Amino acid sequence: MARIWLFGANIDTDQILPGRYAPYMTSESALRQYPFIEARPEFASTVAPGDIIVAGANFGCGSSREYAPRALKLVGIAAIIAPSFARIFYRNALNLGLPLFEADLTSVLQDGQKVTLDISEPSLTLLDGKKIPLPSPPEWVRRTWEEGGLLAYYRRHRRLPLEERP
Amino acid sequence: MATEAATLAEQIISHAAGKRVYPGDLVIVPVDRCMTHDSLTPEVIDALHQDLGVEHIFDPSRVVVVMDHVAPASSVATANAQVKVRQWVAQEGIEHFYQVGKGICHQVMIEEGLVQPGQIALGTDSHATAYGAVCAFGTGVGTRDMALTLATGRTWFRVPETICIQVKGRFPELVSAKDLSLHLCGLLGMDGATYKAIEFHGLDWLPLDERITLCSMTTELGAKAGLIPPSEKEAPPWLGVHPGASYERTITVDLTNLVPLIAVPHQVDQVQPVAEVEGVPVDQVFLGTCTNGRLSDLRAAARLLKGKHIAKGVRMLVIPASHRVLKQAAADGTLSILLEAGATIGTPGCGPCIGRHMGVLGAGEVCLSTGNRNFRGRMGSPEARIYLGSPETAAATALTGHITDPRKI
Ligand code: SF4
Repeated sequence: MARIWLFGANIDTDQILPGRYAPYMTSESALRQYPFIEARPEFASTVAPGDIIVAGANFGCGSSREYAPRALKLVGIAAIIAPSFARIFYRNALNLGLPLFEADLTSVLQDGQKVTLDISEPSLTLLDGKKIPLPSPPEWVRRTWEEGGLLAYYRRHRRLPLEERP
Repeated sequence: MATEAATLAEQIISHAAGKRVYPGDLVIVPVDRCMTHDSLTPEVIDALHQDLGVEHIFDPSRVVVVMDHVAPASSVATANAQVKVRQWVAQEGIEHFYQVGKGICHQVMIEEGLVQPGQIALGTDSHATAYGAVCAFGTGVGTRDMALTLATGRTWFRVPETICIQVKGRFPELVSAKDLSLHLCGLLGMDGATYKAIEFHGLDWLPLDERITLCSMTTELGAKAGLIPPSEKEAPPWLGVHPGASYERTITVDLTNLVPLIAVPHQVDQVQPVAEVEGVPVDQVFLGTCTNGRLSDLRAAARLLKGKHIAKGVRMLVIPASHRVLKQAAADGTLSILLEAGATIGTPGCGPCIGRHMGVLGAGEVCLSTGNRNFRGRMGSPEARIYLGSPETAAATALTGHITDPRKI
């Protein structure tokens, strides 16, 4: 079962990973210790692989720093659900193969709640069996997730998912 | 390319795509310029080599590398990372390489003419929207996005809807482009333009310096690009305002009613008239960044500081946006006015904007910055408080030691 980590709106990349803890300033191997280090100090030590972040609008706004979504991927976040994402964060997550769903569930779910995530037919199942559908991503986005992100996709196919085979 | 009325963003992307595109379309387009800086280039290099398995970049002549974010290096770790960047630049034969002190990446891109009207440019820094000041479609990307573009020469976009900002009138005395940007932040909110482009009309008279302020700040609205129509003589023949282009909405702003504004901690859309926040004591005043570190900004501050001295207990850091700005400010006497008033000058570059060096804030400190972000912890301690204002407000605040409406000086 995955745990829900509930956040508000406008969670900026300085909250997700403050610039002072950039791998560039610390080290790559330490990155997993720092997500939400100030905004939510217990996060990094208690998050478990498969957990899900549910947040308000404009998640990931602010700096283009990719190590913010990378740190979340490193600690095993399986998906982020928010009504909207900052555009650079959206692209970074796609590049890394971190699934994002555009939906507003902040008033439906609670922090700490246990759910099961189905990525292939996007939905959350609650403990009582209730199912919350998530919006289906475009086909090429789903393929990109499956292959581990846009870079992995390119490495394998030597073209972008939207491009015709040359 | 576009035979029917199109917004500036649609025109530029259509031109690059070789077909008329519409908001919502997903397209893959060639990229004219790629900019990366000292802080993120090491990650770009790793992504190229390790994630993509690509040895060399697609076209070194399209790439610009600027040492500005933590330059000069602040530690052995940053110095080592910069060694890596310089070696890679040499290996790849990147000619557009700008050393420590040359200036902030976006300023250098525009000053050196590296972005031109109608081009598409990516930067590994969110304020690449600044290039809209010369009507280039500039936008920020992350490191892996950049690696992919360096490897392939192209990128994907979702064609954005456009919000039109129709400006009327002129700025009143001691009110400037930053106040207009803050006004829009307050009006639209931090996600008011997410995935969208912003187009400014009615600013033909506005100098380049302030155009850059406006376009770079569209990032704080979540925008993909912020564009100001080019003058006819600069623009390629296919680029210009089309009457009848379809905007998602048009917002009219009458500048004559604008007052000095300030964003209070910890969000850039928490905007109030400076007059309502007056009296908050500050420890540091920072005049600089890609938003407000240009010659006109330094001059605006110098006008208020001339013959006076900043308040006791306040430190005022002035960090010119580029070497060229520094030289010009030295030549025209602006610099000596600032120095006489008690300000200190730092190496052209980002300075303490991202809290990594040259003016990091401690717990409990208050800073009035002319930068673009006041997120908690942005400039150092999460216990510090950052207010964002214009160069005029910065100068007035430095003089009194507490937040001050420049019209009262
Ligand atoms: S001055 Fe600040 S906002 Fe501008 S490029 Fe540098 S770090 Fe980014």
